[in-house]
Amino acid sequence: MSRQPVHFYQVGSFAVGNRLLDDEDRTVQSDPGRSDSLDSGHRACQGCGEALGARYALDAAMRATNGQLIAVNATGCLEVFSTPYPETSWRIAWLHSLFGNAPAVATGVAAAMKVKGLNDVRVVAQAGDGGTVDIGFGCLSGMFERNDDVLFICYDNEAYMNTGVQRSGATPPAARTATTEAVGPQPGNVFGQGKDMPRLAMAHGIPYVATATVADLHDLENKVQRAMEMHGARYLHVLVPCPLGWGSASCDTIKVARLAKETGLFPVFEAENGVVTNVSPIRHRTSVESYLSIQKRFGHLFGTPGRPDIVARIQAIADHNIAHYGLLVDEERDATLEVSA
Amino acid sequence: MLRQIEGSRAVAETVAHCRPEVVCAYPISPQTHIIEAIGAMVKEGSLAPCEFINVESEFAAMSVSIGASAAGARAYTATASQGLLFMMEAVYNAAGLGLPIVMTLANRAIGAPINIWNDHSDAMAARDTGWIQLFAETNQEACDLHILAFRLAEELSLPVMVCMDGFILTHAVEGIDVPEQSDVDSFLPVYEPRQVLDPADPISIGAMVGPEAFTEVRYLSHLRQLDALELIPTLASEFASTFGRESGGLLHTYRTDDATTIVVALGSVLGTIKDAVDRRRELGDRVGVVGITTFRPFPFDDVRDALSHAQKVIVMEKAFSVGYGGVLSADVASATHDATISLHSVVAGLGGRAITQQSIEELLDDTAHDRLRPVTFLDLDLGIVDLERARIGSVRRSGPSAENVLSDLGTVASRIG
Ligand SMILES: Cc1ncc(C[n+]2csc(CCOP(=O)(O)OP(=O)(O)O)c2C)c(N)n1
Ligand code: SF4
Ligand SMILES: [Mg+2]
Repeated sequence: MSRQPVHFYQVGSFAVGNRLLDDEDRTVQSDPGRSDSLDSGHRACQGCGEALGARYALDAAMRATNGQLIAVNATGCLEVFSTPYPETSWRIAWLHSLFGNAPAVATGVAAAMKVKGLNDVRVVAQAGDGGTVDIGFGCLSGMFERNDDVLFICYDNEAYMNTGVQRSGATPPAARTATTEAVGPQPGNVFGQGKDMPRLAMAHGIPYVATATVADLHDLENKVQRAMEMHGARYLHVLVPCPLGWGSASCDTIKVARLAKETGLFPVFEAENGVVTNVSPIRHRTSVESYLSIQKRFGHLFGTPGRPDIVARIQAIADHNIAHYGLLVDEERDATLEVSA
Repeated sequence: MLRQIEGSRAVAETVAHCRPEVVCAYPISPQTHIIEAIGAMVKEGSLAPCEFINVESEFAAMSVSIGASAAGARAYTATASQGLLFMMEAVYNAAGLGLPIVMTLANRAIGAPINIWNDHSDAMAARDTGWIQLFAETNQEACDLHILAFRLAEELSLPVMVCMDGFILTHAVEGIDVPEQSDVDSFLPVYEPRQVLDPADPISIGAMVGPEAFTEVRYLSHLRQLDALELIPTLASEFASTFGRESGGLLHTYRTDDATTIVVALGSVLGTIKDAVDRRRELGDRVGVVGITTFRPFPFDDVRDALSHAQKVIVMEKAFSVGYGGVLSADVASATHDATISLHSVVAGLGGRAITQQSIEELLDDTAHDRLRPVTFLDLDLGIVDLERARIGSVRRSGPSAENVLSDLGTVASRIG
């Protein structure tokens, strides 16, 4: 798909700005004919980033496959808030089996489609960060290694939200969760742990790995579209703020997601066959404090006396990401393209 | 046509004749020969269309089967022992979702202590999963039960586990009649799923169900298992007319008509028991055998009828619930609770210990002379047990019992089999 290099910030806004675009470049979501894969009536909290991300991702996948889509879901918030009958919000073929097996279940669905010669039916599997980086990791790594024809989407809200905000292998350092309380000399989650799942995915050499946030839904849609143009194992890691678990205002979900990217804490990029091919540059660089201070899970780092030492360590992580991925606009674009896995 | 063939190979060929569309498994002794053979058939193209998927764990193997089955493909897998336990969450899930997956369980003991040999601990661990569990007495029956299993599974929309004794059956080479493709095709119609993931008719499968409906959903599964009690004998007679031999069914009786003592068992040990019974008959002992083919759903009525004239019943089983006793014994006891039967539980053949005809004859002799106790561990070496008990009683850090017992025994290899 050809795309115009429109820079939304040129009009002083981060809005998706469909009216500035040609018809074919408008978002899937702005199309009245979108599939509403995850329809209204579900029970997600107000401002839930996961509900938003899933709706955009699946509608884009439905568009990309001409409606020939089957979705597999791990246990987690997305599954729980979307299914209690008769209020199921799924308007697509959808299967939930267990917490840790979504990648393997999706492999089975893809195998069934292949054996039946239904080559146009495609498979998406989705899970939270826990279902991806922790309990589902074995199955996910196996699915990647076999290069099964599945797009796996991780909705990363950085903890086990469905069970009441416990730490996962994707919880950031210093974050307070129900199992990493903000007490003791090193409050919140410890430093030096956790998995960098996109890079682990890249290390499998799969055709496509990308990250996205719900702050740039057009980008999310485009990445789903790109992923569905390919075959084999593909991985999309979407940062989805959780107002309940993060202690952010439900009206701030987009803002929080945007700051995660703009601080450099969450690098947004694409990689093909293990090599980074594209990064989304930071538009207005900002300190991590602006991101951390609007979330109660980091509340113990601020106020008096606060923990500027810990904030500085988090800033160092952001700085490292910025340098590693070449996230600053004024850096040479070519240089960013050379960032390797 | 009878061929000299390994049990695993015969099962693999039979499963292939059932035209599975997705086969996904993870290797574990003594199941390996089955999946290796199917893998080769898929690779060479003689089993097509079929996807054979090598995965990273049994949990994935059952999960792939779940996905394939929910998407409308005929799915098959095989495992044993630790493998079954490793996939257990998905085993329950497959049954709860009502997916007609067929799985071979090459029965093997469960560790610790790790042991690759045959017993029924694995099957008993899956007793309450909601799977139908069929036990093969011979390799011929192991083959035949797989054809019945696919038919039964798909008619009821329930998963079926075919249990065959590890090594004793899986690795035995003997004369087996692998059913003809044309016969299998006429017995087993193309799979028509009751529920399927179809983009043209999208449904949600696997929704959250709360207290408002959970009991009813569970009760429906129970009813479907009870339906199997009706369907299994019907399918067995249809099988007999298609294939020209008896296989399957709920249970089989042997010389029970005038028997006052009946031995009840599952699986391949029934052959040895029948030999022992023949010998005892020659001595005038009125003994018979009931072999249970369908363990879940448990055929209470048929078991009660089969045992109704017996005075003594010996349930010989290759598993037990630690701290409780025999598992099958408890089921038989509840089937016969109103009868005046004296019931004896005999735990035998654990971890591959051979169950000899002589031991069974002695057991029957003890029974005839009212010497058999309510619970017996066949051929138990009490001397070794007492040594370890004494050690535990005398020293605090007495060490791991398994290793102590092995040291006390000295050379062990010669005791297996
Ligand atoms: C085997 C197993 N262990 C634990 C649970 C409990 N459990 C259900 S959802 C969940 C957390 C989900 O976290 P995540 O995958 O990050 O999704 P989120 O709810 O945060 O979107 C847990 C621990 C379970 N359902 N199954
Ligand atoms: S707890 Fe978080 S992830 Fe779960 S529904 Fe609420 S906002 Fe969404
Ligand atoms: Mg989460």
